[in-house]
Amino acid sequence: MTQLPPPSAKKLGLVIDLDTCVGCHACVVSCKGWNTENYGAPLSDQDAYGANPSGTFLNRVHSYEVQPEQGEAQLIHFPKSCLHCEDAPCVTVCPTGASYKRAEDGIVLVNESDCIGCGLCAWACPYGARELDAKEGVMKKCTLCVDRIYNENLPEEDRQPACVRTCPSGARHFGDLGDENSDVSKLVAERGGFDLMPEQGTKPVNKYLPPRPKDEMPEFDVLAPYLEPIASDGKGFVGWLDKALSAMPGGAK
Amino acid sequence: MSLDQPQLDTSPHVSDEVRKTTCYMCACRCGINVHMKEGKVAYIEGNKDHPVNQGVLCAKGSAGIMQHNAPSRLRAPLKRVGERGSGEFEEISWEEALTMATGLLKPIREKNPEKLAFFTGRDQSQSFTGFWAQGFGTPNFAAHGGFCSVNMAAAGIYTMGGAFWEFGQPDWDHTKLFMLFGVAEDHDSNPIKMGIGKIKQRGARMIGVNPIRTGYNAVADDWVGITPGTDGLFILAMVHCLMKAGKVDLEYLARFTNASVLINEDPKSEQFGLFLRDKDGQPQVIDRNTGKLAAWNGKGVEPDLSGTHRAKGVTHRPVFHQMADRYLSDDYAPEAVAERCGIPAQRIRALAADLARVAFDEAIELDRPWTDFRGKKHEKMVGRPVSFHAMRGISAHSNGFQTCRALHILQIILGSVEVPGGMRFKPPYPKPATAHPKPHGKVTPGAALDGPHLGYTQGPEDLLLNDAGDPIRIDKAYTWENPMSAHGLMHMVISNAHAGVPYKIDTLFMYMANMSWNSSMNVGGVHKMLTDKDENGDYVIPNIIYSDAYSSEMVAYADLILPDTTYLERHDCISLLDRPICEADGVADAIRWPVVEPDRDVRGFQSVLCDLGARLDMPGFVNEDGSQKYQDYADYITNHIRRPGVGPLAGFRKGKDGPQGGRGDVNPNQIQDYIDNGGFWAEHVPENAAYYKPFSMDYQNWAVEKGFYDAVQPYIFQLYVEPLRKFQAAAEGIGERQPPEHLRERLKLTMDPLPIWYGPLEDDQIDLDEYPIHALTQRPMAMYHSWGTQNAWLRQIHGHNPLYVPTKIWEANGFEEGDWAKVSSTHGSIVVPVAHQASLNANTVWTWNAIGKRKGTWALDEGAPEATKGFLLNHLIHELLPPKGDGLRWANSDPVTGQAAWFDLRVKIEKSAVPNEAQPAMPAIKSPVAKGPSELNWKVGK
Repeated sequence: MTQLPPPSAKKLGLVIDLDTCVGCHACVVSCKGWNTENYGAPLSDQDAYGANPSGTFLNRVHSYEVQPEQGEAQLIHFPKSCLHCEDAPCVTVCPTGASYKRAEDGIVLVNESDCIGCGLCAWACPYGARELDAKEGVMKKCTLCVDRIYNENLPEEDRQPACVRTCPSGARHFGDLGDENSDVSKLVAERGGFDLMPEQGTKPVNKYLPPRPKDEMPEFDVLAPYLEPIASDGKGFVGWLDKALSAMPGGAK
Repeated sequence: MSLDQPQLDTSPHVSDEVRKTTCYMCACRCGINVHMKEGKVAYIEGNKDHPVNQGVLCAKGSAGIMQHNAPSRLRAPLKRVGERGSGEFEEISWEEALTMATGLLKPIREKNPEKLAFFTGRDQSQSFTGFWAQGFGTPNFAAHGGFCSVNMAAAGIYTMGGAFWEFGQPDWDHTKLFMLFGVAEDHDSNPIKMGIGKIKQRGARMIGVNPIRTGYNAVADDWVGITPGTDGLFILAMVHCLMKAGKVDLEYLARFTNASVLINEDPKSEQFGLFLRDKDGQPQVIDRNTGKLAAWNGKGVEPDLSGTHRAKGVTHRPVFHQMADRYLSDDYAPEAVAERCGIPAQRIRALAADLARVAFDEAIELDRPWTDFRGKKHEKMVGRPVSFHAMRGISAHSNGFQTCRALHILQIILGSVEVPGGMRFKPPYPKPATAHPKPHGKVTPGAALDGPHLGYTQGPEDLLLNDAGDPIRIDKAYTWENPMSAHGLMHMVISNAHAGVPYKIDTLFMYMANMSWNSSMNVGGVHKMLTDKDENGDYVIPNIIYSDAYSSEMVAYADLILPDTTYLERHDCISLLDRPICEADGVADAIRWPVVEPDRDVRGFQSVLCDLGARLDMPGFVNEDGSQKYQDYADYITNHIRRPGVGPLAGFRKGKDGPQGGRGDVNPNQIQDYIDNGGFWAEHVPENAAYYKPFSMDYQNWAVEKGFYDAVQPYIFQLYVEPLRKFQAAAEGIGERQPPEHLRERLKLTMDPLPIWYGPLEDDQIDLDEYPIHALTQRPMAMYHSWGTQNAWLRQIHGHNPLYVPTKIWEANGFEEGDWAKVSSTHGSIVVPVAHQASLNANTVWTWNAIGKRKGTWALDEGAPEATKGFLLNHLIHELLPPKGDGLRWANSDPVTGQAAWFDLRVKIEKSAVPNEAQPAMPAIKSPVAKGPSELNWKVGK
C-alpha cells in the first residue's frame, strides 16, 4: 500500500465546462498524440486497422442523454480523465508505490518503472480513469501534462496540458484549484462548479461546470409586444410604411 | 520531502524543430505546428499565430500524424490489369503513367476536347485545376460543390455577394443572439467552436434549429427540432411575423438593399417583373430628397421604400411592396406552417419576437465613422446583434436554394448583415454575382476554352446550350434543368457519361473524389455504370484516370492511378483566387510545403498536372520555345500571374520597398518568406472598413488596393433577384431563348425572384404514407468524410455507425438495444444496426456520414467494423427521382442549382433479424496496398 502525501497547498487540475463542450474529441486526440510521443511508454493501439481496434487513451468523451421532467431531451458531452483526487484510492491501493500523488502540486502519476501492471488502481478508481496499456503492460493515466506545464523548452504560453491548449470551444481550463483567487477557482465559484461523484469521498481536484438551463426561452405572451401587428395585409403595410418613413430623419417631403 | 517521490524531468526535450504548415484533415485549413524528431513527424498541434485556429486544433488535426503514416497510402503509379472494379493493378513508373495519360489525352484535346471530363472532388486548388482544364479546352470541369453545398453558395452570392463558411461568419465578438440552422460540422470547424465558446463566455444566447440535437445543437440554449426540408417555411413564417409587426430595419433596407428598386408590374409588358432602368441600365429608385426617379447609386440619393412610379401606363412598385404582398399573406402565418414544420405556432412567434427584441432593443453602436458609396458620411456603425449560420442541412434539399435565400432575406430585413453583431463577410468577399465570371463553354479543338468554366448566369442568354438547345456540358450544368448551377454537377457525370447523354465521353479524369462510394447516390448502380461494357466488349466509359493519395473505393474503378502525396509532403496554396481562409477582420492566405519528403514513388497531383500540361502543349503550361513552363506546383505558385500584380499568393509579393501584401511582382523567394512567417500571410482590415463592406468606400478602396478586384464595385443586397425573374419570364414565354415545354411549369414555380417555399420534390412522387420517415446523415466532428476511417486513432472514435431512431419510432417497432432494422426507400433497402436517441425530431432517423467502408479498401481488415457494421445511406438515394409516368426521369437535385438533394430522403423502417453484417454487403476489392500493422506503438523520439 502506498501513502498519500499531506494535502498540498497547490492543487493543479482541470475545470471542464459542460455547457460549452460540443463533444468534438479534440482533447482526446491531442492527448493521445502528446502522450504517445512523451511521458513514459507510448499509448499503443491493438488491431489498429482490424476488426476490433482498441487502444490506450488517457482522456475520453462520453455523451449522455438527459430527459428532463418537462421539455425536450438533452445531450450532454462529458469528457473524462483522471481527476487528481486528494484522497486518491488508486494511490493507496498500489502495492509497489508506482502510483503516487506529487507532494508539490497534487498531480497523480504512475512511475512506470515500478508498475507491475496488476491493475488494482484501475479497480480502485471509481471514475474508470486509468487504462492498462496492452503492449507495455503498465498503467497509463492523465499526467496533467506534467512534462508540458513546467517545461522550459516550451514557450510559456504553451505550458499547459495539451487538451487545454487544443480545446477549440474553450471548454477546458487549467490552474491551481488550491488558490481561491486563481482564475479556475473563480470560475468554479461563479458557475457552481461541482465534484464528480462526491459520495465516493475521493475529493477530486478537477471540477465540472454544469450546463446552463436549456429550453427556457420565454413563452410568447411575454414577448408578444414585439409582434404587435401594424398591418394585416400588403396594403395596410404600405400605409404603415408611409407613416413610418415620414417619421424617420429626413422624412418624405 | 518525507515521501520517496521519483525524480522527474519536467523539462524534457520537445522536438528538434517545428515546421509550420497548413492542415488538410478537412476544409477548415488551420495552421499547424509539426514537431519533428530525427527528421520524422512526432507531434502536431495548432499554430497560435494562425488567423483561422489561433492555436486550437480539432481531433482530426491532431490525428494528422496517423493520416500521414496510414498504411492505405498508395505507393506508386498503378495500371489496371484485371477487370474494372477487381482491384487488380500493377505498379508502373511515372514515365509510363504519364506517357499513358498523354496518349489518352492528346488526341482528345486535338479533336474533341469535350470528351475529357475532368472533375476534382475535395480539391483545395480549384483555381489551378480550373486553369488547367481551361487550357485543355474541355467545358467539363467542376469540383464537388454540386453534391455539397452549391445552394448555399449560389443563394448567398446572388442575394448578398457571399454566403456562410468561406464567405462569412457571425460577428462572434458582438453578437447577442446566434441562431444556427443544421450544421453538425462545417468547413469552418474550429472557428465555429471558438465562436460558440466565445459567445457563451459572454452570456450571449444560442438557438439551434436542427432535427437532431447533437454537437453544436446540443450546447444551444434552445433547440428547435424542425422537420427536415421545412426550414424555408419556418423562416418565411418568421419573416411574416416580423413584417406584420413592422419589425424591420427600414433605413438599412432603403439604403443598402434593392427593397427600394422599382419593378414593372404590367403583366402584358416584356419587362414584367424586371427593374425599371435608366438609359445607362441602372435600376431606378425614387429619391426621397426630390420625389423623382434616380439611379440606385446616385450621389446623395435617399432611396424611398414606398413611393411608386407610373410611366407610359405602367405601374412600377418598389420590391418592398411585393414583399409585403407576399409575406403578409396568411400562407406564411405561423398557424399555417406549424404542423408541417413540426414547430408550434406560438413557438415560431416567440422566436420571431426574440429576434426582434434583440435586433432592435439591444442594438449596438460602434464609434467608427465611415462613408457609403453615395457619399454619405456615417458617424457610427449601428449593429443589430442577431446572427445566423447554416450549411448543408438547409441546402441539400431540392428546395435548398430558395430556403437559403429565405434565410438571407430574414437576416437582411433585420438589418443584420455586415453590421456589428450580425453576419460579416470575409475578404475577398463580399463580391456580387455580377462581379463573378459568367460560365464559359466554347470549345475549340486544340485550343483553350473561351473563359473560366464556372460562374453566375444573369439570364437565359448565359446558359451553356448549343445551337440545337442541347447541353454543352456533360453534367448538364447551366441548362434549363438547373440554370444557376454555379458549381457544376459532379454527381451527374458518371450517370450521364454512362447514358451517353448529352454525349459520350472518352476519358473521365478525377481527383480526390470517392465517386464509387460515399460521394455518389445509388452506389451499386454507379458500380455498374463504371464497369458496364458495350456490344464490342469495351467499357461504356472508355477510360478512367484517377488521382488519390489513398486506397479509396474509387481506385479499383480506374484504369490508371496517379498517386498523390499526403498533405505533409506537398506544396499547396490556400489562395484568395480560390476558397480563401480569411476572417472577417483580416485577409489571409497560406501554403503547404513538404515538411517531410515522400518515402514512396508518389507526386503531388498539381505538380503532375504541370508536367501533363506541358506534354499536352497547353497554353499556360509551356514556354514560347515549347518547354515546360512550371517545373512543379511550387514553381506555379511562385511565378504564375493571373492579373497584373496578382498571383496565387497575395503575401510577400515583390514591391518597390521589399515584400508587400496584396498586389506586387513575382517574388522568387515567396514560398520561403511564407515558411519563415509560419506558413501564412495575414493583414488586418482597416477599422473603418471592417463593416458595411459592400457599401463602404473605405472597404472598397482597400479591396482594390489589395487586388481583390481592379475597380471599386459597391452594390446593394438583392432581396429580389432579377436573373431569377428572367428565367421565370422565359418560362412564361417571354424572350428568344425558351425552355423545353416539360420544364416550363417547374421553372415558373422555382425561379421565383422572391424566396418561396415548396415541398421537397421527391415528396410529390412517392407515397408518403408508405415512406413517412425522414432520413439524414451528419458529418462527425472527429472525422471527415471517408478519410477518417483509415486513421488508427479516429476510427476508435467512429468505427461504425448505428442508425439513430427517435423514441416514437423506437417504441412503435419494439426495438431493443442490439437490434437491427431494414430501412427502405423507393429506391432500395439496407439492413443496419439501430440505436435509440430521444433528442431527435419524432419523424427523423439519422446516421454518421461515410463511416461505412467497402471490404478491401483503406488497408483495413475485411472484418473491420466499418465494413461489417458500418453502412451508407447512399444506397437508398438515387440520382434520379422515381418515374412519374411522363416518360421522363427528373434529377434528384435542386431545380435552380442542381445541388444533390441528399436530405430529401424518405424511408420506412422495420425490425430485421440480425444479419451477419450490414446489407447490402458488397464483395471485397483486392487491395493495391498491404494491410497495416496489427499493433501501433508510435513514438519517433528515443
